[in-house]
Order: sequence, then structure tokens, then C-alpha cells
Amino acid sequence: MIKVEFLGPIGKAPIEIEAKSLREVSQKLKEDPSLVDWLDKCAVAHNDTMVNSLDTPLEDGDRISILPPVCGG
Amino acid sequence: MELHLGSLDTKEIFSRWLDEESNSNYGAYIPFVGTIRAEDGIEALSFDIYEPILEKWFIAWQERAKERGAIVKMAHSLGDVPIHTSSYISAVFSPKRRVALELIDEFVEDFKANAPIWKYDVIDGKRIYAQDRSTAMDGAGLLS
Repeated sequence: MIKVEFLGPIGKAPIEIEAKSLREVSQKLKEDPSLVDWLDKCAVAHNDTMVNSLDTPLEDGDRISILPPVCGG
Repeated sequence: MELHLGSLDTKEIFSRWLDEESNSNYGAYIPFVGTIRAEDGIEALSFDIYEPILEKWFIAWQERAKERGAIVKMAHSLGDVPIHTSSYISAVFSPKRRVALELIDEFVEDFKANAPIWKYDVIDGKRIYAQDRSTAMDGAGLLS
């Protein structure tokens, strides 16, 4: 299972899904109406490292973080 | 890097940073202070931070600074920070001023764009995500 956590203002509890790549995570998250307004603005981390490719392979127990737009300071 | 609950004690932190580097032979020390302004009826700002990625972001910046003979330091608040107090401070120490002046600019701008910190206005005790002032991080939209 892959754990997906939604950071900051998204305000959604973590979920666990079956996925072998980020592309599959994308497909599953796009089915969730509560995420429609977030996915196009959010960056993604895989086990706390920022990633830029949907082909990123995933293994059982991996963690994906969804990071909405930031404003520190 | 240090995180504090509530407002930062800027004088204590800057003073301590100066003491830490008092014998390091840096010729330039440039501090930056971010202070919460009173605007749009807010009583405070509030912050969420994702520490694991902030830590990695900061370590990468320490390495970039080191390549130029400099060091960076920063402190940020967690939770509510009332107006007219500070939520973010940073500093660069370097042998000469030019590197420090350039680095503080690059460091603070990248901080605003890529540090995993979320800001909320606090109005009448409610937290409202400051979406219109927030910046999508590098790589945003990957899953859309």
C-alpha cells in the first residue's frame, strides 16, 4: 500500500491506495471530487523528496505527500 | 535552522547567532527580519510547516552557501503570530559583503517559493488560508 498525505490547508486525512507509480496515484486522486481544485496547484514528494516525474516507481510502504502553494515568512 | 511556537524573539536569536560566529572570521553578517503587518483586519498570521522537507531544503541551501564560503541561518514560527511581531528571520555570514548581499536575496526569495510552509490569516479567531498570496512550488501540477 502507498500512503498519501495531504499537507497544510487541504485538510484531508491521509489515505492508503494500491499504486506502482505516481501515474497510478494521479489516476486515483483525480477520481476524488474533494481534490479537483487542488491537484493542478500542488507539488509532490516521494518519501520526503520532491519529484517531477509521473514515472517515479513506487514500492509497498512508500509515502506520497501532496504540497499545496506555500507562503512562508 | 530553528522553529519556535509563536512569535520569534528576534533580538535573542540574532544576538546568539552573532555569538556563535564571533570567532569565525566572517567579515559580513546580513540579517533579514520578516514582521507581520496590520492589514485587511487580521489579528495574526498562522503557520503550518512540513518539517522533513523544510529540513532538506535548508540543508541544500547550507551546501550552496558553503560553496561560496558562506553560511545561512534561519528561524521560523509555528502556529499563531500576532501583528507587529516576527515570524521569520534569516541571516547570511560570509567573508566579504558581496556574497552575503547576493545570498540573502537568493535565499529569501527561494524560501518564499519553495519552503513547505502554509500561511493563514487569523480574523475573528478563524484561520483562513492565504491562497492568493501563496506560490505553487516547483513541479506543481504533476498529478493533474
